[in-house]
Amino acid sequence: MYRYILKRLLLMVPVLLGVTFIVFFILALTPGDPALNVLGEGATPEAIAQTRIEMGLDQPIIIRYFRYLGGLLRGDMGVSYRNKIDVASMVIERFPATAVLAVAGIFIALLIGIPTGIISATRQYSGLDYASTVLSLIGVAMPNFWFGLLMVLIFSLNLGWLPSQGMGEGFVPLLRSLVLPALTLGTGSAATIVRMTRSSMLEVIRQDYISTARSKGIAEGQVISRHMMRNALIPIITAVGLQFGHLLGGAMLTETVFSWPGLGRLMVDSIKSKDIPLVLGSVVFLAVMFSVVNLLVDIIYAFVDPRIKSQFQRK
Amino acid sequence: MKMHMNHLPQTQTRKQRSLWQDAWRRFKKNKLAVISALFILLLSLIAISTIVIDLTTGNSFYRQYVIKQNLRGKLDAPSAAHLFGQDEFGRDVLLRMIWGVRYSLFMGILAIVFSTLVGGFIGAISGYYAKLDNVLMRFMDILLAIPSMLLATAIVAALGPGLVNVLVAIGIAYIPTFARTLRASVLTVKEQEYIEAARAVGADDFRIITKYILPNAMAPLIVQSTLGVAGALLSIAGLSFLGLGIQPPTPEWGSMLSNARTYIRDAWHITVIPGLGIMLTILALNLVGDGLRDALDPKLKS
Repeated sequence: MYRYILKRLLLMVPVLLGVTFIVFFILALTPGDPALNVLGEGATPEAIAQTRIEMGLDQPIIIRYFRYLGGLLRGDMGVSYRNKIDVASMVIERFPATAVLAVAGIFIALLIGIPTGIISATRQYSGLDYASTVLSLIGVAMPNFWFGLLMVLIFSLNLGWLPSQGMGEGFVPLLRSLVLPALTLGTGSAATIVRMTRSSMLEVIRQDYISTARSKGIAEGQVISRHMMRNALIPIITAVGLQFGHLLGGAMLTETVFSWPGLGRLMVDSIKSKDIPLVLGSVVFLAVMFSVVNLLVDIIYAFVDPRIKSQFQRK
Repeated sequence: MKMHMNHLPQTQTRKQRSLWQDAWRRFKKNKLAVISALFILLLSLIAISTIVIDLTTGNSFYRQYVIKQNLRGKLDAPSAAHLFGQDEFGRDVLLRMIWGVRYSLFMGILAIVFSTLVGGFIGAISGYYAKLDNVLMRFMDILLAIPSMLLATAIVAALGPGLVNVLVAIGIAYIPTFARTLRASVLTVKEQEYIEAARAVGADDFRIITKYILPNAMAPLIVQSTLGVAGALLSIAGLSFLGLGIQPPTPEWGSMLSNARTYIRDAWHITVIPGLGIMLTILALNLVGDGLRDALDPKLKS
């Protein structure tokens, strides 16, 4: 098992190098002179030239990338163009809000998705199955930011039940402010998870060992939980990992709808103000988080599926 | 080339049908998919008509009715004169929806055509030439390690907002998906006996790839493209909603929703209608994609 985890960790190194390089390279293509951006309009050519050297812009891109990478390893993401604040500290400050939202979103997605998928599969072609299929088709097709707006319209403006903007302070206000954004973020993923769970369960249901379990006289609930779900959940774990990535990417939209003070909104704001170090910092951070989550998913996968574990034990 | 030879001894000879004829027969049976395809066709016709109107009137109709502000009818709810109501500048929402079809649908299609061509090329090369496979696919893995919406946003951040830049951003962000899809199916087709036969009669690589491998490896790519248009459409609307995509006053659906958010307290219809448009279009594209998958590859049907 440790061999497996070690191998996965080593494999992550080139991926992270590649991801940071691609993001760095894309954002280096930004038209306009960063030195001019820092100094503002009307700066003298001498000052611009001086600042360019200070910022290392006279160096080739590959050198600049390695400098950035060196800084990144020390936790230094550079300084924001706009307010000269350390990017790393801004990103770290904003990340918890996004993390809370994404975790709540995935929680809701699992809470809705897995039971619905199981019910759908165990009662295939029933009214419930039909309803869940239709709803999940709609859920997948619905833009989540629009769903968020609809919920604001209904639950905040018409019924006045829940706040529509910002993040509450204190436990209960936080929870109240979290409901709508988490539902917004989680519903689309829930729909995907319903479809995955249903098809994965249906594959397992037809296996011989299920008939064997039933013929041994095991109660139906036990058959579902011990024999079907344990096998059906394996592909779902991968799907959940991927969904988590979508949630991190989609958090920008949800955070914008609900004025949620997370990393996604920081990123959108920094794009609008052309604050490249801040954009770079947020994108790199989110992309790295996504890779870390996928790594965790792969490790959990190995724990759940003994076939993977055994590959690394025998050697 | 006939794909489906009848190996079973049969007394009655069946009329030979090509893969595509077979797929069409199966697709026709899926009513939801056919209705969805008709809906997409209708939207395309609407989009083309608006383009024709703009070209023949020199944009005067567009400027007069789709863009021009009329503050007297500001945020008016749907009525007989304005079926979908009026927006924050008193413009007719129905007309703006109609003029917006081209941005959502056609831009989604254009972006995916681009990524299918580039991704398909990369996938075909790396599926066929084992030597290039490792390098190309590791590069694709790295791109895939960034969530596509995040990658598209980063590209837009660098290029700046606007129609063409959004197209490029989304086109690039979807390349790795298509590269992987086509590579996987090329890898399977490559091992078939008829490829060996083609090589034995002296066909060169180019001929083998274009004449024998691609036609037989296309099905998953076509399905993936249809579903990809839905994803691209969603990303375009999302970027525009964030204010990073197509800019107002262009009647793109996502950008209409972005404006609607400001007036959500005053008017429900400008929030509900554009989102409904996006949702129905994506739903239809997904149903066509599912239908195509079942029709092209009955084995996959769950």
